[in-house]
Amino acid sequence: MPAQNPPVTDPPLRFLGVHKDFQRGKDRVAALNGLDLELAAGKITGLLGPDGAGKTTLLRLAAGLLRPSSGQVLIFGQDITQQSGEHAPAIGYMPQRFGLYEDLSVQENLDLYSKLQGLDPSQAQQRQRELLQLTALGPFGSRRAGALSGGMKQKLGLACALLRTPQLLLLDEPTVGVDPIARRELWNIILGLRQEGTTVLLSTAYFDEAERCDAIVLLHQGNILQQGRPDHFTTPLQGRTFQVQHPSLRRRFLQESLQQRPGVLDARIIAGGVRVLLAKDVQPPKEQEEIWITAPPAFADAFMDLFASVPASPPAEIAASADAADQIPVNTPSRNTAGTDETEIVIQVQDLCKRFGNFTAVQNSSFAIHKGEIFGLLGGNGAGKTTTFRMLCGLLPPSAGSLLVAGVDMRKASSQARARIGYVAQKFALYGNLSVDQNLRFFAAAYGLQGKLREQRLGKARQDFQLHEYGSVNADDLPLGVKQRLALACALLHNPDILFLDEATSGVDPLTRREFWQRINSLAAQGVTVLVTTHFMDEAEYCDQLVLMSLGAILAQGSPSDLRQLAKTPENLEPSMEEAFIHLIDAHERQIRRAS
Amino acid sequence: MPVRIWALVIKEFLAILRDKKSRFVLIGPPLIQLLVFGYAATFDLQHIPYAVYNQDSGFASRELLGYFQGSKAFRLVANLHRDGQIAPMINQEKALLVLQIGPHFTEDLLRHQPAPVQILIDGRNSNTASLALNYVNSVLLRFDQRWARDHHWGSPPAELVIRSWFNPNLLSRWFIVPGIVALLTFVVTLLVTGLSVAREREQGTFDQLLVTPLTPAEILLGKALPGVLIGALEGAFIALVAVFWFRVPFLGSFWALALGMLLFLLAAVGIGLMISSLALTQQQGLLGVFLFLVPAIILSGFATPIANMPELVQDLTYLNPMRYILVIVRGVFLEGDGMANLWSQYWPLALLALLSMVSAAWLFRHRLQ
Repeated sequence: MPAQNPPVTDPPLRFLGVHKDFQRGKDRVAALNGLDLELAAGKITGLLGPDGAGKTTLLRLAAGLLRPSSGQVLIFGQDITQQSGEHAPAIGYMPQRFGLYEDLSVQENLDLYSKLQGLDPSQAQQRQRELLQLTALGPFGSRRAGALSGGMKQKLGLACALLRTPQLLLLDEPTVGVDPIARRELWNIILGLRQEGTTVLLSTAYFDEAERCDAIVLLHQGNILQQGRPDHFTTPLQGRTFQVQHPSLRRRFLQESLQQRPGVLDARIIAGGVRVLLAKDVQPPKEQEEIWITAPPAFADAFMDLFASVPASPPAEIAASADAADQIPVNTPSRNTAGTDETEIVIQVQDLCKRFGNFTAVQNSSFAIHKGEIFGLLGGNGAGKTTTFRMLCGLLPPSAGSLLVAGVDMRKASSQARARIGYVAQKFALYGNLSVDQNLRFFAAAYGLQGKLREQRLGKARQDFQLHEYGSVNADDLPLGVKQRLALACALLHNPDILFLDEATSGVDPLTRREFWQRINSLAAQGVTVLVTTHFMDEAEYCDQLVLMSLGAILAQGSPSDLRQLAKTPENLEPSMEEAFIHLIDAHERQIRRAS
Repeated sequence: MPVRIWALVIKEFLAILRDKKSRFVLIGPPLIQLLVFGYAATFDLQHIPYAVYNQDSGFASRELLGYFQGSKAFRLVANLHRDGQIAPMINQEKALLVLQIGPHFTEDLLRHQPAPVQILIDGRNSNTASLALNYVNSVLLRFDQRWARDHHWGSPPAELVIRSWFNPNLLSRWFIVPGIVALLTFVVTLLVTGLSVAREREQGTFDQLLVTPLTPAEILLGKALPGVLIGALEGAFIALVAVFWFRVPFLGSFWALALGMLLFLLAAVGIGLMISSLALTQQQGLLGVFLFLVPAIILSGFATPIANMPELVQDLTYLNPMRYILVIVRGVFLEGDGMANLWSQYWPLALLALLSMVSAAWLFRHRLQ
């Protein structure tokens, strides 16, 4: 359906010297600092930046939900503060968590939003049919919205925001917490809207999504750091990006080694080895046996290039503190081999099942995790990852099967056995109205740390996780990245042998994620076994072993390259992890559907 | 491990006291309720609005009406002159009762004959109506006695002399205020504990607690102690206000009350934690608390005697900690009870506390999810 294009002179969205500040405690905090922005009509613009850069504030201002402290926000040339409501039909806005009514069905939600937006019934019916088709939610019309998976909820939210066929669509991190398949579907919808002439402004934490946008706006501390087409960001980096391989060294250790060399701005693990971004005019600090291949720069490199100048945590410091005196004695891993005692199995799962009434959440899962491994649990929303996780931690009783963590069943575990594990829950379960220090002190005491040892560990945690300056801030008021650091610090106070991380990077910005993985790597190097679930397929590359779950069953397991091999097709000889994921799960679910 | 329990206790207090809203909830509403209930909740009637339809022109009826006008309990709102005026007075709640005196009232009395007086009363609130009727009766009784003396009818063969023990003037405040001590302590304790586990489940921190070395018994103690402490402080404060502000006599043993309160608080905290561990969200926790609270108060003997309830309901009240603490509080305040008198109340409270605590601890880990 063609949207009637407004005169060329008026861009869909324009910010003129916009300031916005908020009261936080006694201080006023500036979220936006004299921002100027103009969106091109009919294009997709991606909004990127670290946490607290002002992305959500910008979107809320554009949606007219906030008023600028000073400056002007113009929608199709009209000041948004001058007239209320008149332009609302032209704007579709989807907040991070769309306000779906969980107890209403999909259809009832659509009906409700149609009425709220004043669509007349016949028009609404027509539009709803289109949208249900577009989002492939048609078969689920009578399902309760609360019973939908995360990805389906996002699609329904998007459908509700699209009811009025908006000319300007504002999406706040539409793909957070959504699995790769649903993410691909959401993007297909967004790309389809562009063809209809809709202007889209979306914020995202995914670099591959940024590359699909027509323009990228990079926000930092309430202002635009840089903007332009994706290649505008990447061209200057020609010749500074490499893919490094090593015949024997594990990618994790290679990455750690590369990260510490002078001139290396960023090193991250990818399918074919380690990707390195060098500073300007630096010769590759190549070492023996390493193979350096020039690789085309990607947006991720540009992002790191711009932000690496303010490193959040020098990795050297973590590595050094890892050798601190009070470590649990672990076998110091020899770095050039696999680095772990391959024989020692830390977690053993055999024929694990979990049923909730008639619904089987996990069926016949079996896997083993070795000491010092980073073990990844992948799968779509509702695949049974979190259920498996909760059973491993002893939070949920299995319906059948056996499960041993460090040699004991966590469900019946004594408190000594629990002292050996650390757990970071989805969304960082911290005491919100307790300060950072109080949270740390509480968990230290809960783990039975006392006296001098406690002070020592607390000091180390504050140091390792850079929490000094936040000591008296309430956990609720922390930026997301710091919250994640605190949650990790709390889970590591007692030096656990096994660390459980349930989607610990969901919603945090790329910089924090990079820093987070550095920590996880160095923990694994010390012999800590780490179990993670994640939606980020690039993170799966950091794992030694992976299990791919779908509809409660284990679909595939092995190393990242094993899994990629499984998805190899004549058309695609070198699938990425994301492609492998989509391929394997799609095939499996299609099979199930055919069988049923 | 006292260190771990202590850490939990401190954390609970911090979580409650660092939040402005929950700080206020602990102090504001109970204080306001105490004052409002203390002054407003009373069974004593004052200024009963009444109307008079006096068809008698003699002096006796004027004398009788003088008794009503002289009493603070009654307030004359209208003098009626027709039959038809009576019904609207009562229907529109202008008067609670209408006093109708027949045309031969004085005449009958002078002839030494019974002289009827009709009372028409609004029975919509039966409690108020019967209280008002009692007042009317006592006024009539005084008139009768006076008349009999002045007109030499001789004194009646039997005379009723009433002494009410424990509360000589039958002040209902003496009955109600000690009850409020128990009531408000109950409400605050249930709210504090009823939300504590639910809040943590909602925010996900409860899972975090369950994966630490803390045992269910330690979590239980860590959660129960703050509730007991807060309840004890609240109860002590209200008891002091009852004694020094409302001047309710405190005749019994302090320790008898303290022991009763402790057992009562343990039972209340156990029930609160039980409700809380069943709830998934704070909203469910709050609903659960109120679902329990309302019947627990109504069927406690706080306002209406348990003895008046149907037997099945009477049996149910044995599960209600309010039932026992009300006996203890009133016994200690008004009857001067010591510990020895109250064992029959102590042990059921202790049993309730034990049962509820154990099931709460079990529910921490075994709640169906």
